[in-house]
Amino acid sequence: MEFLQYKFFQRAIIASLLTGAGCGIVGVWVFLLRIPFVGVLMSHSAFAGAILGLIFHINPLILSFLFCLFSSALIGPISDRADIEPDLSLSVIFSIMLGIAFAGMGFLKDEMERGLRFLWGSILTLSSKDLYLLSILLLITLTVLILFYREIQFILFNRKLAEISGIPEKAIFYFILFLIGAEITISLNSVGGLLIFSLIIGPPASAYQLTYDLKKMYFLSAIFGMGITTFGLFLSVFLPISPGALIVLGSGLLLGITISISPKRRFSQ
Amino acid sequence: MSFAISIENLRASYKNKIVLKEIILNIEEGSFLTILGPNGAGKTTLIHTILGIKRIDSGTIKIFGEKLNWRNIRKLRRKIGYVPQNIFIDPKFPISVYEIVLTGRIGLRFLKGLKKEDRKIAEWAMKRAGIIDLKDRPIGHLSGGELRKVFIARALCQKPEILLLDEPTSHLDPSSQKELINLLEELYLENKITTVFVTHQIPHIPESCKEVIFMKEGSIVFRGKKEEGLEILKTQIIKNFSGKNYGISPV
Repeated sequence: MEFLQYKFFQRAIIASLLTGAGCGIVGVWVFLLRIPFVGVLMSHSAFAGAILGLIFHINPLILSFLFCLFSSALIGPISDRADIEPDLSLSVIFSIMLGIAFAGMGFLKDEMERGLRFLWGSILTLSSKDLYLLSILLLITLTVLILFYREIQFILFNRKLAEISGIPEKAIFYFILFLIGAEITISLNSVGGLLIFSLIIGPPASAYQLTYDLKKMYFLSAIFGMGITTFGLFLSVFLPISPGALIVLGSGLLLGITISISPKRRFSQ
Repeated sequence: MSFAISIENLRASYKNKIVLKEIILNIEEGSFLTILGPNGAGKTTLIHTILGIKRIDSGTIKIFGEKLNWRNIRKLRRKIGYVPQNIFIDPKFPISVYEIVLTGRIGLRFLKGLKKEDRKIAEWAMKRAGIIDLKDRPIGHLSGGELRKVFIARALCQKPEILLLDEPTSHLDPSSQKELINLLEELYLENKITTVFVTHQIPHIPESCKEVIFMKEGSIVFRGKKEEGLEILKTQIIKNFSGKNYGISPV
């Protein structure tokens, strides 16, 4: 356990906990709103933005966040309209984003390694600044969740009914998308653009199997998120596999276990 | 005479298909009106225009004399309790009956937070709808009839001035339908909330309803007393069976 004494590893543990909790909470929104395509699109848009940031020497985080916002601004109204098939438009925008990212990687020379980090994630190389950003975002997310718990619950339950009841459903929905985008962008460094989606969906999907209580679902999802990321990080010390890949595999394993023991599954049988 | 809902020359369409044609309708405060009509007559679209979730092509809708527009839409929606026709919900969604009923207060308390009084009103609404025993039950563990009662309790919890019930008895077994109609009847007699009840089944019209309108192909083809309307409808149904067309001319 000598590795625990290294500063970079201590930072990685804190980052795992913050990323896991943040992704676990915003993941509940993505999962219950049934908009996984928005999560996929945002994570790949963020990756494309980061690569362009490296090419044009603009802060990759800023550009990836702008790309995230752009994709949510695009996909939000599309998912609202019944006459457009969201999967279809998603596939097109998703391909364009991946095309931009991989085309951009061809222009990366000295920065290629950094570009690959945005693809696979590199939790061991995070700085103190990254930790501050992760902490601030988690704090904002928790504050919004506590202040608007009932309104968000209503929107997650049924957006149309929430709108009819006279709450500003669209404004809250877009703010939720904004926070999801921010979480994906900030977590890009630690988990990577290709793998983060699994961390957004895996923990809430597992928590959903175990409870009928939304508060418990948030709690379990955050705990699962933290557990999976630290599990991936620690296991990567002993195995020649990157933490990001182990996080994704851990997320899949957890989902398999929770589905097999789910009381909801037993009830529906 | 004051009107809870006042509609003038309302037109609405889906793409190029006109679904509401020059609708003129005034609904008195405290009255119980039933909207009858076959599927596709425009009943649900009419309800959706009143709620402001279906855009209109022309005409005006007034709620308690106030013209519905984007500035006051949220305020006016809070006065309307709505029970939807099709409730698409995830049966495994983590929410209890009590939490669903309580959503009726959220629009009224936006940015203020729910108070003890709101929880009391939710309890009252659940008692009144006869679902207090189901309070902590997850939504996926309810029958179709129980679910409808939950949504009626949700609408009641809002303490609405207008109640819009869009085919609340559809897809229920006959005994649940009867139970639900009796409940709506009792609630109307107790509270005298302006009630608009949409159905395409004549036996579902509650006793308290004194007035009916009949819609067909986007127009109101009859408006009048319930007995009179039902008599005309019977004749039309007989005519229809004998192969003749509906002969009611638009009002």
